[in-house]
Amino acid sequence: MKLVTAIIKPFKLDEVREALAAVGVQGITVTEVKGFGRQKGHTELYRGAEYVVDFLPKVKLEAAVKDELVEQTIEAIEKSASTGKIGDGKIFVFDLEQVIRIRTGETGPDAL
Amino acid sequence: MKKPFAILLMALGLGFAGIGIAQEAAPAAADAVAVAAAAEAAPAEAAPQVHKGDVAWMLTATLLVLFMVLPGLALFYGGLVRAKNMLSVLMQVMVVFSLISVLWAIYGYSLAFGGEGLIIAGFDKLFLSGVTMDSLADTFTDNVKLPEYVFVAFQATFAGITCALIVGSFAERIKFSAVLLFSAIWFTFCYLPIAHMVWGAGGYLLDKGALDFAGGTVVHINAGVAGLVGAYLVGKRIGYGKEAMTPHSLTLTMVGASLLWVGWFGFNAGSNLEATSGAALAFINTLVATAAAVLAWSLGEAIFKGKPSMLGAASGAVAGLVAITPACGSVGPMGAIIIGFASGFVCLWGVNGLKKMLGADDSLDVFGVHGVGGILGALLTGVFTAPSLGGTGGAEPDAFSIARQVMIQAEGVVITIVWSAVVAFIAYKIADVLVGLRVPEDEEREGLDIAAHGESAYHY
Repeated sequence: MKLVTAIIKPFKLDEVREALAAVGVQGITVTEVKGFGRQKGHTELYRGAEYVVDFLPKVKLEAAVKDELVEQTIEAIEKSASTGKIGDGKIFVFDLEQVIRIRTGETGPDAL
Repeated sequence: MKKPFAILLMALGLGFAGIGIAQEAAPAAADAVAVAAAAEAAPAEAAPQVHKGDVAWMLTATLLVLFMVLPGLALFYGGLVRAKNMLSVLMQVMVVFSLISVLWAIYGYSLAFGGEGLIIAGFDKLFLSGVTMDSLADTFTDNVKLPEYVFVAFQATFAGITCALIVGSFAERIKFSAVLLFSAIWFTFCYLPIAHMVWGAGGYLLDKGALDFAGGTVVHINAGVAGLVGAYLVGKRIGYGKEAMTPHSLTLTMVGASLLWVGWFGFNAGSNLEATSGAALAFINTLVATAAAVLAWSLGEAIFKGKPSMLGAASGAVAGLVAITPACGSVGPMGAIIIGFASGFVCLWGVNGLKKMLGADDSLDVFGVHGVGGILGALLTGVFTAPSLGGTGGAEPDAFSIARQVMIQAEGVVITIVWSAVVAFIAYKIADVLVGLRVPEDEEREGLDIAAHGESAYHY
């Protein structure tokens, strides 16, 4: 099992969710986050005071998937989240030791 | 808290005693003049008239000025600070206004309008003694009067808003007790004499012929200078120039600026004291000058900064309102548009280039907008009051001279700047010694809402 974490542009969330559902991902968790990368921030001007805003709003999504679904999941995110411009985000893949469904007590791939 | 206030009362008492000696002769002389005038007028003129329309308008105008402060100014300022200091600014504006309203009734009205005098009126109307349901106040028309209570209330709101305006300069770091102490001292020794000199019977600047219809010097230059001195003495906010201090809600600032614009019709047109064509002139001028200033500030930002901002438009509105305040009763609408347009550009410079030159952390630009706009408005009043430029020409239209009037206006400006700066400096120093001006560093970082008032504005 793997945990696939992706940082994407906020307006791409719906497309990514649809693409993941299409390849069989059963559920994702989404968090609104801020961060910086290669994409430049912007300047805000309030009367005489100028502020550079480095941290841009992004969406972080996390999906726990079976090993055989990992490649498709990555591909689905890559395609649906891409605009071709700097700031499209990144995908991180982690090994997942254990998964437990709280309601039934199922463990491992059955719990996904 | 007991000790500081006891000392304050003592100081006030000593101050009054000093002024009292200087002015002792004035009330007696005034009485003599009044008796003589009454004796002359009695056979020819009818009894003084009070028009219901005037009374209704002036009660409305008083409410409008109250509306400028609460919630207008409070929201305008509140939106400009960080969320952690929102309530502290609302609180300072509301409590300062309330404090000054009470002091106004107790001794302020008497010192500013309770008789004749060069610098201060007198002590005859302390605790509003002699002001009754039957006593009358003058208007600009002979023999047309207002119930004195209306005039007392109307002028109370002017005193209140002037002191509340200063709050913007030292916002986000001053002690609440210091704000109140400073306000009481500055109101007593600066606002009252300046108000009397400009508007009161026998006042020095009134007799000189200075034109200040609704309070450009008394309210705006006065408050702007006191604010600037405060910004220097209280010191810069922690992290000023390094950390982002972005306004937490420009939506509320826009709402506040709009309420200020609405309320300002009471301030300017109400200063006519009668529901006549004079009020209509002040009204149209207040409308078009402000609109012109909004356009100018937005245009200026578009040219010099690349983008016209909402905060810029709101600031432009306030700048235009400030600049037209002294002029609204004596310039024509085209003069008003030029004054408004000029104020938009000049105050944009006031919060940028000038602010950098001054080097003070005037948090909400009280000096850049009210001080600079007030000075510009006061001087341009001397220009556009000229009948040849569409103005009324003031008291003697045929003898009006732009050069002479501008010089008189400039004298009023200089006296106000110096007086306000000196009194403000002393008042801040007294507050510093008695209660301390600034909150401790950790409280400033936490935010004044929790540190000083034990509550927070927003719960997410």
